[in-house]
Amino acid sequence: MEIIDPLLQGFLIALAPQNLMLMMLGCVVGLFVGAMPGLGSVNGVAILLPVTFLVPPTGAIIFLAAVYYGAMYGGAISSIMLGIPGASTAVATVFDGRPLAMQGKADWALVAAAVGSFVGGTISVILFTLFAPPLADFALRFGPPEEFALMMLAFATFIGLGGDDIPKTIFSIAVGLVLAAVGLDEVSGKPRLIFFDLPGFFHGINFLVLAIGIYGIGEILWTLETSKGEVKVSQASFSVKRIIEACKQLKNSVVTIISSSVLGYFVGILPAAGATPASLMAYGVAKTMAKDPDSFGKGNIAGVAAPETANNAASTGSMLPMITLGIPGSPTTAILLGGMIIWGLRPGPLLFVNHPEFVWGLIGSLYIANFFTVIINIAFIPLFVSVLKLPFTILAPIIFVLCMVGGFAPTQDMHDVWLILIFGVVFYLLRKLNYPVAPAVLAIVLGPLAERSLRQTLIGEQGDLMVFVERPLSATILAMAVLLFALPLLKMRKKSKASESTPAD
Amino acid sequence: MRTRTAEVTMAVIMGLLSLYLMWKSAELPIGWTEGRGPGGGAWPFWLAGVMLICCLVTIVRWFGRKTPESRSEAEYMDTDARRINFVTVGSLLAFLVLTHFIGMYFAMMLFLFFYVRFVGRHSWLLTFVLALGVPIFLFFFFEALLKIILPKGYSEPLFYPLYRIIF
Repeated sequence: MEIIDPLLQGFLIALAPQNLMLMMLGCVVGLFVGAMPGLGSVNGVAILLPVTFLVPPTGAIIFLAAVYYGAMYGGAISSIMLGIPGASTAVATVFDGRPLAMQGKADWALVAAAVGSFVGGTISVILFTLFAPPLADFALRFGPPEEFALMMLAFATFIGLGGDDIPKTIFSIAVGLVLAAVGLDEVSGKPRLIFFDLPGFFHGINFLVLAIGIYGIGEILWTLETSKGEVKVSQASFSVKRIIEACKQLKNSVVTIISSSVLGYFVGILPAAGATPASLMAYGVAKTMAKDPDSFGKGNIAGVAAPETANNAASTGSMLPMITLGIPGSPTTAILLGGMIIWGLRPGPLLFVNHPEFVWGLIGSLYIANFFTVIINIAFIPLFVSVLKLPFTILAPIIFVLCMVGGFAPTQDMHDVWLILIFGVVFYLLRKLNYPVAPAVLAIVLGPLAERSLRQTLIGEQGDLMVFVERPLSATILAMAVLLFALPLLKMRKKSKASESTPAD
Repeated sequence: MRTRTAEVTMAVIMGLLSLYLMWKSAELPIGWTEGRGPGGGAWPFWLAGVMLICCLVTIVRWFGRKTPESRSEAEYMDTDARRINFVTVGSLLAFLVLTHFIGMYFAMMLFLFFYVRFVGRHSWLLTFVLALGVPIFLFFFFEALLKIILPKGYSEPLFYPLYRIIF
């Protein structure tokens, strides 16, 4: 088969000493980032991306993918031990993880989370390996109209599936796209949106400036505000015997784990969905399929395994459109995609042709990272638990410093560092009013690509918009986008009709 | 400020910002240029238009009390949150202003010192370890390994001996 050979090559690349070291380091950093309440994979990747200029792109993506992965594992640790999700992706893990910890079975929950994550990660990587090459092959047929349609589809998923206030979601997308338009106009070469004639705007607004602002500064402000109360760390004792016992318990949840893997993978592919809804959905499905749905929420081990399996599977799933289509499947992969552009790669189907070592090295590393993370996770759980006791007032200033230094590094311009602070504060205030921030990050990464593909299409067709519906591929993709766009509008109408018929309170 | 007030204030501010962005985009042609497709300002102009419409819809929905925020009478930011935000953002501002004068390394030293000791109320030992350790680590990481020179301001001469070691 065509897949086996490059996959073996990929393993060799991933096992090269430098890459292996980076992967292990990434796993540990990821576990730490995931375990800290208030920090998730996206924060870790955004803050650490500038650091990866040190190594070649393949090493950099392997490191960041390992951080992504490790954070998915690590999120469970604080969900179970503190009852506070380490990241939004681990919210569903609290439902049963916390009760188990209260019953003195924290170790069972942690093992279930680790094993679930491992199985979910492995199944989804296998699916990834099978799906990615044919999809990339297919995507080679895409021209500018299809590219533009795909991006519309990505944005439409936020509107249709994001579940946030719709005008606010669209606002967030538009802000990201406008910010991406700052700098020089690619076609005419004229300066555009140079606010107050500041020279710093001539090189545009790097997506990292917005990402670090939102996920570094804004999110930490948010956490500082919400984590005022004292937290209580549960006790966990570990022994090989207990771990084996926990694995025996998991035997009954095999079906749950496998179905959560597949569910998580496919939900993860959708740009707006990602790991958080995947884990919540997997929890819901596990509960409905269970023989004893009433035991969920009271400490059912399957209730821990299902969401943890799904969020790992989703994180792999979200890399599929990133690698094959150049459309990120989650905010974290949006940042990875932006990173690829900085490293001088052009994301999209051509990656498989032009940079096979990058793509297959990444895929190979996913298999290995999965394996490492589960071992490191189980071996060092006591260490990560002690990390949870670290006060946030130590971590926060270090993160702030890293944000400022990391924001300076790519362009070496203090102008960008000031922008990071401004964006951080503004988007924090917006977020407090329920404006979703993830669409803005996705939009600023996709903005230049979206504009280019739209303008190329329009120039090619002399301004005839019909081209989007005349080409079957772009028409299909756009139809899907329109459908997703219409979904919440229909729901809203239904709701308002229902509320009209019942007297208002 | 109540959340309800904050909701409409934010929508109005963002609406004005959208108008400004539309006006700013219109510095470049926003119509069709023969042979070159849409003018350079068209894309951001119409997107800023979309932003404006979204803000107007939010304002209309505010009058109808449609969003949870437009019904909420709770404080937008309570006293505790205001205090921690004020201190944090204020010290970050000071960090950046100081960077222009005494350079990033000394500014971060002061920032860490202030934040760990006076906001976090941690011990003097931890304060000094962090305030000295983080800048020293970052110096070797960025300047020696990555060859990225962080701004030093007036503190530049102090680094000359170090440059001799790493370059």
